[in-house]
Amino acid sequence: MAAPRAFLRLGAREWNGRARGIHGASESATPDRGQKKKTLLQFLSDHFRDVQALREYLLQKQLSKSNWKNRFQDKEWIRANERGSFPTEFLNFREVPVEAVDASGCTINYQGMSNLLPLKKLRSLSLERCPHVDDWCLGRLHLLAHSLQELSLAGCPQVSERGLACLHHLQ
Amino acid sequence: MFRRVLRLGLTPGRQNRGLRTRRGGFTLDWDAKVSDVKQKIECMMPGKQWGMPFDTSYLPPTQSDVVIIGGGILGLSVAFWLKKLESRRGAIRVLVVEQDHTFFFSQYSRASSTGPSVGGIWQQFSVPENVQLSRFSINFLRNINEHLAVVDAPLVDLRFSPSGCLLLASEKDAATLESNVNMQRQEGAKVCLMSPEQLRNKFPWINVEGVALASYGMEDEGWFDAWSLFEGLRRKVQSMGVLLYQGEVTRFITSSSQMETTSGEQVVLKRIHKVHVKINKSLEYQPVECSVVINAAGAWSGKVAELAGIGKGLPGTLQGTKLPVEPRKRYVHLWHCPQGPGLETPLVADINGVYFRREGLGSNYLGGCSPTEEEEPDPTNLEVDHDFFQNKVWPHLIQRVPSFKTLKVKSAWAGYYDYNTFDQNGVVGPHPLVVNMYFATGFSGHGLQHSPGIGRAVAEMVLEGEFKTIDMSPFFFNRFYLEEKLQEYRIL
Repeated sequence: MAAPRAFLRLGAREWNGRARGIHGASESATPDRGQKKKTLLQFLSDHFRDVQALREYLLQKQLSKSNWKNRFQDKEWIRANERGSFPTEFLNFREVPVEAVDASGCTINYQGMSNLLPLKKLRSLSLERCPHVDDWCLGRLHLLAHSLQELSLAGCPQVSERGLACLHHLQ
Repeated sequence: MFRRVLRLGLTPGRQNRGLRTRRGGFTLDWDAKVSDVKQKIECMMPGKQWGMPFDTSYLPPTQSDVVIIGGGILGLSVAFWLKKLESRRGAIRVLVVEQDHTFFFSQYSRASSTGPSVGGIWQQFSVPENVQLSRFSINFLRNINEHLAVVDAPLVDLRFSPSGCLLLASEKDAATLESNVNMQRQEGAKVCLMSPEQLRNKFPWINVEGVALASYGMEDEGWFDAWSLFEGLRRKVQSMGVLLYQGEVTRFITSSSQMETTSGEQVVLKRIHKVHVKINKSLEYQPVECSVVINAAGAWSGKVAELAGIGKGLPGTLQGTKLPVEPRKRYVHLWHCPQGPGLETPLVADINGVYFRREGLGSNYLGGCSPTEEEEPDPTNLEVDHDFFQNKVWPHLIQRVPSFKTLKVKSAWAGYYDYNTFDQNGVVGPHPLVVNMYFATGFSGHGLQHSPGIGRAVAEMVLEGEFKTIDMSPFFFNRFYLEEKLQEYRIL
């Protein structure tokens, strides 16, 4: 139970401000403080299953909003805001090489991968929970072999061991 | 009489059959007989459809627009594309005649080469059209469920392993390999050339002695499950309205006409009008009237072509040019080697024709070797010669991959190649003299991986009269008469 609890807590830091209106719970706990002192919200969710379910639901909603994140070289993540549109500074960064792409939960497919492949400095690619990423898409990743350091395919239902066998191109 | 009836009814233990079995001459199934006779009388009444006065549903139809001889992967692919490219739905009636619907692994006969195949697909060919065919086929296979989806049927799972294909070349073939790779790159295949040092770094289990250059296909190459493609095609083709029939073609009824060519020569053109389809294990046959016959009979295409009179003439003339496709037996061996190459193993094709690939996760490998002309095994049966592996395949395997010394052969099987003795490349297109027979055969081991492309090419030829997408004119029958070989650099 420790791991999911920690996860929730991280998310809790972000939306606890809003949750205040819903639950009427008072304090927001920072991750390190929360280990020592439980908040009222956590106490409630320990004891009432529907409160926990509600927290999980709100967390899911939060996650689904921050789907596509890019990180440019030496800069932090650029995320879509709540309505799914990117900030306008994004356009200023056209010349800057893209270092990390987080496409978890996206419905990216084989054709869509061709947009990712020209990113020659890509170091980290996260394709978690993409429903259409399958073995054929993995076969295309050899073009990123020189720069890619992290690849995450957790939760992709169509990837099989045959696709993973062809990841040997990535050093 | 009345007393007899009473006796029959009252005696216990005796089955009361009633009036109808009193004399013992009638059968028990009276009701069925009555309805049968009623149907026959109905047939003969004026105004009703004239049907045969006996049941013929076990025979193929009397008429069909296209008859495809051979129901393997090529025949079904042609049927699929014919139905897909027809101008309106239901425009073309297609009948596929296959000798052996079960395709099971019998020791003594197997009509189709699809089942026992290794299932590899690669784009590393020396003929540009072959590369284009491979590229089209791989795109087809990637979107297989868009093409072959049938309502209420399970999805086709090809189990494609995108592990690539590695071709090794010695000193004397290195230049050819390089020019081939350039050509393949122009066609859009992603192939890279590797030197022996790079090979050793990448695949530490390879012994690079004797290898001057290697070409490695990185994307869109690998192997897949041939049987699932075949089953998927069969389901789709049946749902599109193609009739699959199990039988044997024994005769063609043709008519000939004398024509004059532009240079004034007399030439005899033949046209096939009917195909006699014989039912298996019976003497009964059905003449099927057709307008186009497609010879996709694989290893047996030569025999079918002889039935149509192709090759009956003076040798050296167009009439005397036979279809040079004959069955050749090839073995595939499955072995287990725990110390063998790892998961990154591509389909490795060695210099002297030995090839192998991984199978699954459990250190199993499939492989074989194309024998030279002198060592051709006897094609009359499908018995596996295990000495062939010991003497011809294993030494080369050990030389290339030393860790294969400890391998253990688990099983082996044999299959036929529709081997083109002329240049080991396929024949596509109509015959110049028998005007309505089209060929889709002779691919000598590449038929499976090119089948979507070939099917589409033949369908375009039949429906439009020319090749619209991939130009397969180098594969015409004429080259056998004109002695122009379309040689492939290496066949597996």
